Amino acid sequence: MDELMLDGNAIAGLLQEVVAVEMTTAIGTCGGCGAAGPVGAAHLYRGAGIVLRCPHCGNTLAKVVKSHSRVWVDLRGIRTLQVTV
Amino acid sequence: MAGTALHRRLTWQLAELVEVAAETSRVKTIVFDVPGWPSHRAGQHVDVRLTAEDGYQAERSYSIASAPDGTRVALTVQRLEDGEVSPYLTDELRPGDKIELRGPIGGYFVWEPSEGGPLMLVAGGSGIVPLMAMIRTRAAAGDDTETRLLFSSRSLHDVIYRDELEQLSGNGLTVVHALTDSQPPGWTSYARRVDAEMLAEVAPSPAQRPRFYACGPTPFVEAVAEALVGLGHNPLAIKTERFGPTGR
Amino acid sequence: MPPRASKPIVSRGFRGRRPADADPARVPPGQYITADFPVLSAGPTPHTSLELWDFSIIGELNVPCRWTWEEFRALPSEEITRDIHCVTKWSKLDTVWRGVSVDTLLEGIETQAEYMTAYSDGGYTANLPLEDVTGSKAWVVFAYEGEPLAPEHGGPARMLVPHHYFWKSAKWVRGIRLQSTDEPGFWETNGYHNYGDPWQEQRYTGD
Repeated sequence: MDELMLDGNAIAGLLQEVVAVEMTTAIGTCGGCGAAGPVGAAHLYRGAGIVLRCPHCGNTLAKVVKSHSRVWVDLRGIRTLQVTV
Repeated sequence: MAGTALHRRLTWQLAELVEVAAETSRVKTIVFDVPGWPSHRAGQHVDVRLTAEDGYQAERSYSIASAPDGTRVALTVQRLEDGEVSPYLTDELRPGDKIELRGPIGGYFVWEPSEGGPLMLVAGGSGIVPLMAMIRTRAAAGDDTETRLLFSSRSLHDVIYRDELEQLSGNGLTVVHALTDSQPPGWTSYARRVDAEMLAEVAPSPAQRPRFYACGPTPFVEAVAEALVGLGHNPLAIKTERFGPTGR
Repeated sequence: MPPRASKPIVSRGFRGRRPADADPARVPPGQYITADFPVLSAGPTPHTSLELWDFSIIGELNVPCRWTWEEFRALPSEEITRDIHCVTKWSKLDTVWRGVSVDTLLEGIETQAEYMTAYSDGGYTANLPLEDVTGSKAWVVFAYEGEPLAPEHGGPARMLVPHHYFWKSAKWVRGIRLQSTDEPGFWETNGYHNYGDPWQEQRYTGD
């Protein structure tokens, strides 16, 4: 466990900027181990961009990169995302 | 109301500083007036963005400390020694200054009186801020949900909101302090870091199905969450917000 | 209608924590000098023991190579002083490292490969044309400022490729794969520029 690690709460603003929906309560199913949990509870690392990892198996759930006007989101590590609408 | 709060594209707004108040020697509460503020829920945060003359920008997130109160939004900021943003907010900002802010943000680490309890809040240092918003919201609503706060601070001088917590105790709210570095003479409460034994003594039993909110530095939150699960509490009932190595 | 800030407003008196003087000729466009050394990471810090650590050159070459830690440290190494530039906008001047040149590691290797991917513990990868890591342009470094490279900064060893944005200098590197085709790496596949020249401000895809 790294003391610099945060959680999905830290990316709530950025994700809501992209999809206009509150995302920390969305439930993601990990494509690696199958565990399901809210995005707010995912482990978050800040590298050149942001990486969300499964708190159970460490699998990369998502990567997010933001420029001034574009946001790239790789959600390949999430098998399914359940969002309340 | 909840629907509109969930479905909004966030935009940066100008917030005007209206009040500054010292909480401890290193912690200040800064109060903003945010025109058009759509209210907020306890536990939510704002993103703050500062821009220097040469275009350099820094962005940070701060938990909202206040219960909903019109356009008034209070943040409680710990001044980090080598911080880039916190010293600016605590030492440089003056009433009348405007900064960019967006929010309210968050939906996972949120509590409303309607969610019920028993509620157990575990705070490490500045992690108390979003939990204080919950306590204040609960008080403002006249709610009497059984609520326990276990609050870890370094010393008595470092306890943020100390007097207010004492005043709000009772009516279903119990506040327990742990002072990790130094204790005043005659101190009878905990004098060590939060551990499983302490949590077992303070928290409701798993049979009571409590809801937990733990907030503070990452190592603190990790230790608390792990201990609670080890004590038999439902992992899904433990919500966490990590502030990084030393807290925001 | 509440007032909206459509472009950033200057915050009176805010400077950030930055040294005031720096030769502008050494600062790529959009960068700001820092005196710190920020720790940025795509995942938890790996902790590979030196007994288990090895470095390999694999892929399209005549004979794959592998060095244990002892063998790697027995290779000729050099002190390197360079400026480094992170795509998150901080630059740090005159950083001092010690490491083994990639030229040394590739000595005696026959390959037709034109590209390489550095790969690390934890799954991180970063790609570059082979010609950008040869000719004294890249090293595998094991010390920073005279001390063994700290785990949080990529220790025991990381890539150092200072003429690209620093995400190309993969931390916790374990090897280089030589390839005839270019394979965008961890960040190159998700928004960051495939080449990443700080002097042309190639931060993002399409820049």
